[in-house]
Amino acid sequence: MGSEEKAIVFCRGGGCTAKLGPQILSRVLEKLPKGVPDPNLLIGYDSHDDAAVYKVTEELAVVQTLDFFPPMVEDPYIFGQIAAANAMSDVYAMGGDVKTALNIVCFPEKMDLNILGRIMEGGAQKVKEAGAVLAGGHSIMDDSVKYGLSVNGLVDPRHMFANNTARPGDKLILTKKLGVGLVCTAERAGLASDNAMQQAVRSMTTLNRSASMVCRRHDVHACTDVTGFSFLGHLHEMLDGRLSAIVYADCVPRIREALDYADDFMITAAGQRNRNYVGSNVRFDSISFAMQELLFDPQTSGGLLIAAAADDADAIWTELYAEHLPARIVGEVTEKNDPEILVVR
Amino acid sequence: MITVDARGDACPIPVVKTKNAVKELKGAGQVRTLVDNEIAVQNLAKMAGQKGWEIKSEKKDENTYVVDITVSEASGNETAGEEKDACIPDRRNAGTVVVISSDQMGSGNEELGRVLMKSFLYALTQQDELPRTILFYNTGAKLTCEGSASLEDIRDLEAQGVEILTCGTCLDFQHLKEKLAAGRISNMYEIAEKQLQAGHVVRP
Repeated sequence: MGSEEKAIVFCRGGGCTAKLGPQILSRVLEKLPKGVPDPNLLIGYDSHDDAAVYKVTEELAVVQTLDFFPPMVEDPYIFGQIAAANAMSDVYAMGGDVKTALNIVCFPEKMDLNILGRIMEGGAQKVKEAGAVLAGGHSIMDDSVKYGLSVNGLVDPRHMFANNTARPGDKLILTKKLGVGLVCTAERAGLASDNAMQQAVRSMTTLNRSASMVCRRHDVHACTDVTGFSFLGHLHEMLDGRLSAIVYADCVPRIREALDYADDFMITAAGQRNRNYVGSNVRFDSISFAMQELLFDPQTSGGLLIAAAADDADAIWTELYAEHLPARIVGEVTEKNDPEILVVR
Repeated sequence: MITVDARGDACPIPVVKTKNAVKELKGAGQVRTLVDNEIAVQNLAKMAGQKGWEIKSEKKDENTYVVDITVSEASGNETAGEEKDACIPDRRNAGTVVVISSDQMGSGNEELGRVLMKSFLYALTQQDELPRTILFYNTGAKLTCEGSASLEDIRDLEAQGVEILTCGTCLDFQHLKEKLAAGRISNMYEIAEKQLQAGHVVRP
């Protein structure tokens, strides 16, 4: 890997570790004027979703979303792939298809343009894999590199997944391994093994498309993608203040080395912010420190978190497995309880 | 006392610097770390809690927090607070060797046999306990070569530390030597030795 390529890493923590904390964000969002409610806006920021869904006809709605962030890996092509997979993920979490995408680029004027070329090639490759069209973009000069996509998709509003409509008795399925934040942090500190980094890259560059396709063949009650707010943060939002959940820590798919890195305190500010945000709702029943950190670890381009009735969950899990996703049933939804989230071994 | 100035450093750097400073103490002593945000203080507190160190922190001004960590003899180096994570053992079971002697699983229907073998290798990647070594020979050698439907899974196993060995004679015989795409080439001596030394051998 060339030294120029190394230069794109800023060690501030790229990917979804660069997100603003949920607490700060909530404070700002609550104060925004809501405007006149539009009945065709099916999903907006009210429901903590990070995409908007606008109904055009009874069978058709437009999904609009965007995501961009600084690099979390040294290879610009892989960074482009990850940023694109991450940006398109929201559409898949809703059960939609990506149709068009536009590049969002921040790039220092003096940096080697070949790097930008590789980033955009990586992004374009993933948009192509998604079966969508990369239709343009917008670039600005900035002190540091950032890349992502503005994405448009289509979804049938009658069969769309919301992130907050789980029901008591539902099983929870997670489709990707946790720990990519810890692994990337360890990588920046020169501690990550090749194995761990390979697994993290493979996970982050995997589209949530096939997982979304599987969900569409079944009765899924709620679905979200696990990103910067961590597994527990996104689960908290799914529970919507009216439900609780039990998480089986032993069953959570994880990059094994991520736990070692947590024990070496390769922990991010974003992970601690997640703990501050959601930690008071969580009780850990003899769960190791490393496992706790894993569950608070901000994920870049993480997997889908799916809630479905027990029978459906078994079928969904089996099909995800056949798609070669490291999916596991990781918990269950219950009536509202104290604590909101109980994590057991 | 060692003083670490980690102002301007993003997490986990303040934690890493502090941990290294504690190591330098080589026993009991104090480390003072300066950081510029509350989150870094919390991350330092988490580490101290895990390690059994005493911690005090004070906000000096908008951009300076002073964190004092006291390491006692008892909590000095290693072990204190480092409960081993019993639920996450090394997934490799040192005793198990899997032998793949065909590109099919079971006999009867060839097409079904190939589907089953692909499924078996994927299922291996998902196990809580992985074999130490997988031996590929006879037509099983095709599976570690380019064009194999199981290549991703075999590479995943390799990435998780499983030793992937393919019989060289088998590759030669099937003109596959240039196509090997995972693990390394082995010989009959090693193939015999691995099986003899195995705690148990699994033949799907």
